[in-house]
Amino acid sequence: MRNVYGWLLLTPAAILLIGFTHYPAVATLYDSFFSTGTVVRPSRFVGLANYAALADDPIFWQVLRNNLYFAAATIPTSIAIAMLMAIWVNDRLPARALVRMSYFTPTILPMVAVANLWLFFYTPQIGLIDKFGALFGAASHNWLGDPSTVLACLAVMTVWKEAGFFMIFYLAALQSLPPEIEEAAKIEGASRWYFFRRVTFPLLMPTTLFVLVNATINSFKLVDHLFILTKGGPDNASNLLLYYIYQVAFSFFETSYASTLTVVLLAMLAAMAIVQFLLIEKRVHYR
Amino acid sequence: MRVLDRELPLLETAAAWLLAILWVAPLAYAFWAAFHPAAMATHFDLFGPLTLDNFRKAWTYAPFPRHFLNTVILVTMVLAAQLVLCTLAGFAFARFDFAGRNIAFGLVLVQLMVMPEVLIVENYITMSKLGLVDTILGIGLPYMASAFGIFLMRQTFKTIPRELEDAARVEGCSMMGVLWRVYVPLARPTYLAYALVSVSYHWNNFLWPLIITNSVNTRPLTVGLAIFGAPESGVDWAVISAGTLMAVSPLLVAFLLFQRQFMQSFMQAGIK
Amino acid sequence: MRKVLAAFAAALIGFAQAAWADTEITFYYPIAVGGPLTKVIDGYAAEFEKANPGVKVKPIYAGNYDDARIKALAALKAGQPAQISVLFSIDIYELLEQDVIMAWDDVATTAEDKAWLKSFYPALMMNGTYKGKAYGIPFQRSTIVMYWNKDAFKEAGLDPEKAPANWNEMTQMAGKLVKKDASGNVQRWGVMVPSTGYAYWMFQAFARQNGQDLMNRDGNKTNYDHPDVIAALQYWRDLGAKHKVMPEGTVEWGTLRQAFTEGKTAIMWHTTGNLTAVKGTAKFPFGVAMLPASKQRGSPTGGGNFYLFKKTTPEERKAALAFVKFMTAPERAADWSMATGYVGISPASYDTPKLKAYAAEFPPAVVARDQFQYATPELSTFQTGRVRKLLDDAIQASLTGQKQPADALKGAQAEAEKLLKPYR
Repeated sequence: MRNVYGWLLLTPAAILLIGFTHYPAVATLYDSFFSTGTVVRPSRFVGLANYAALADDPIFWQVLRNNLYFAAATIPTSIAIAMLMAIWVNDRLPARALVRMSYFTPTILPMVAVANLWLFFYTPQIGLIDKFGALFGAASHNWLGDPSTVLACLAVMTVWKEAGFFMIFYLAALQSLPPEIEEAAKIEGASRWYFFRRVTFPLLMPTTLFVLVNATINSFKLVDHLFILTKGGPDNASNLLLYYIYQVAFSFFETSYASTLTVVLLAMLAAMAIVQFLLIEKRVHYR
Repeated sequence: MRVLDRELPLLETAAAWLLAILWVAPLAYAFWAAFHPAAMATHFDLFGPLTLDNFRKAWTYAPFPRHFLNTVILVTMVLAAQLVLCTLAGFAFARFDFAGRNIAFGLVLVQLMVMPEVLIVENYITMSKLGLVDTILGIGLPYMASAFGIFLMRQTFKTIPRELEDAARVEGCSMMGVLWRVYVPLARPTYLAYALVSVSYHWNNFLWPLIITNSVNTRPLTVGLAIFGAPESGVDWAVISAGTLMAVSPLLVAFLLFQRQFMQSFMQAGIK
Repeated sequence: MRKVLAAFAAALIGFAQAAWADTEITFYYPIAVGGPLTKVIDGYAAEFEKANPGVKVKPIYAGNYDDARIKALAALKAGQPAQISVLFSIDIYELLEQDVIMAWDDVATTAEDKAWLKSFYPALMMNGTYKGKAYGIPFQRSTIVMYWNKDAFKEAGLDPEKAPANWNEMTQMAGKLVKKDASGNVQRWGVMVPSTGYAYWMFQAFARQNGQDLMNRDGNKTNYDHPDVIAALQYWRDLGAKHKVMPEGTVEWGTLRQAFTEGKTAIMWHTTGNLTAVKGTAKFPFGVAMLPASKQRGSPTGGGNFYLFKKTTPEERKAALAFVKFMTAPERAADWSMATGYVGISPASYDTPKLKAYAAEFPPAVVARDQFQYATPELSTFQTGRVRKLLDDAIQASLTGQKQPADALKGAQAEAEKLLKPYR
């Protein structure tokens, strides 16, 4: 009876989960072994041909490199800033609520809206950054039109968008730390930096791991800003994997190749899933 | 929140403030540009004339009321479905020892990683088979069974003492009665936290709605805004800023009014 | 009995009328230029409905050209109604390959209809014609023109009424137009040509001016690696890298208009679609001219055509034809051109009193028309999305100094060959 009841309660969610997560994941893998069908040429089994094309596709490798660079640029920075923010607003400072709110606000803005605003900042000469630089005699720079700066520009914006979100988790963790530790440190006269390095930072480690996984997923699934800012250009210098999948699927109509690219993305997420799963297990035991 | 007794050192206070200013600058700029004549979007003059013209233009250039309505329908529909589905599934995982529970739970957690954004290609095919392309239901459907929500509800229900359930049972409550009378009321804070997170997620979601919608009647605000502000359309910055502010204002105002609840919700949701 | 029959007949007629009344034309339309154009289109649709009772026109505004194509095709695939669409003129091969469009020749069968098909500028029909049949009817068509800031010309000691007529002149004049501040930072550039969004389109102008087209008429062979094409890209790149009259790297399509009206560049190449917006925001006198020549003048046409989808009933086709004829009538074409800056699509539209008066008062309005004799169709091939992106990437790689123009274009040509071989 418990069996029946349990599954019955689960059924509605299970149908949707299977329909929109498990089935499409499997179908993606399946489709990656077939060619894209058109009216003239129906789809047929091609084995690993799509994967061979992928290995030969310089854009794929560039996009993958970009994505790793983007992850490496955004994740540690946003985590460090988030931690700093949390430590700051956890203490007393004038207008603390205002400061905390400022940090958090970008989190609730849509990425598309944010990108619209940042486009104005990055525009050469008439944009805010160049105007500001001009006050100090700096030359105008073509921020989004230069392959060597475009990805960094996107990374800066992403850090700005995400740091406040991660701050929240650190703030929660800091507030659950027992105050006695701090008292003890105070009595021993430990410096602020020493205290952070030896006590706070290690105690925040579980949170850091949690945030790390979240930030990593985000760096692979958040591409909204590319639609507004660069469309992946110039010459794919700012193209990211998921955006490339979108282009291949919905601009070039090469569904099968898009599936093949998706398989790569899924494989990377699966690797992270294992990490996340272990973390969750730990947390459950912790409780 | 805990009472704080430590003062931040002066230098760090200054740094914290500087960072805060940096962090609000983009939004502040949007306000500046939106309330000043278009020509001033790139020329700063503290005493420039204020105007509401940009808002008027943005309002007439794009069907914002319709986009607002679509977003509200979407967010409400997704949240309502999520609350029901996640409650039932979370309850099953928390209180029923059915065969295959652990495997099923593992399969649910897969969605924490493989979010619908990643599966746009296949999900689009599914939606067109179901005839749900360009419907608000089509935007929301992949998100309704939320692994995050199921996980959250399971954890919450697990903390509720069995004795309460047993007491209700003695009084003759059915299984669903117990869920409705005992578990759901006690999980209220979790529901609130989850609701805020879900609403802000779907208010801001873009990629999937972009792909699955193709008309004004279904497009949510984010997609409307992207089309409105697309560089191709060469609309003035001032007008784009005004449109952007309009799109974010409901959430922003709600956040400013209830910022404590918002942050606590995100915190709670994250810790779980 | 007769009564019954009469009633039956009446019912049938009523039914037929009801069926006619049910004819609904779903019309996908991309919004791609500034301004509240949807209102204009809605206005035309309402006007048409009034003149043609029983036909309903339902415009669906689908974003930019890419979005509109994606959406319209998706709708067709999903079995949703879509009878006509304004889509990129260059989407023709894609649409043919998907087998979703039909030729207007097959619907426009009366003598009057046939004359209508011949009433447009031939340069505008090139992109819409395949194997002698017209699949695309020009509607919102544009071309590239050169905008110049007369005040900047005056300031640089140049004749403010004379735009550069060839590449050499443009390089020299642009050199004089560059303005630097005391510390050597550029305050105003000489010329800007946008290289995001529609880089291939701008490049077609350079290539055509250097005597080359980038693809053949059957859409199955590209010409990316011709020495003159490479030289054209080299010139574009040199404007930034060697002559220092244009910013290095790519120039953003979307913000260029603002840069021009803010006086940050003295000359810009841009679509005629921006004319009305520039006119509205520039605070200095500006001129519009044909693009300069190298071996010859040249500019691609661009913009959107009306396509008719195959999955339509005869009634719908008839109604669609009526609607498109209505939309492209000289009076409306003139009106549309004035509202948007798009070119008038037929000689007759320029003969309307409205547009004549407008051109007299605002001469730039006819520059595009005069440039038609040098026009070339916009880049369009089978596999057009990929083939186009190959060129876009090659251009951007050259402009940003990642690759030499020759290497970039040869690489793109080799890839394009692979894609297009099956279509020969």
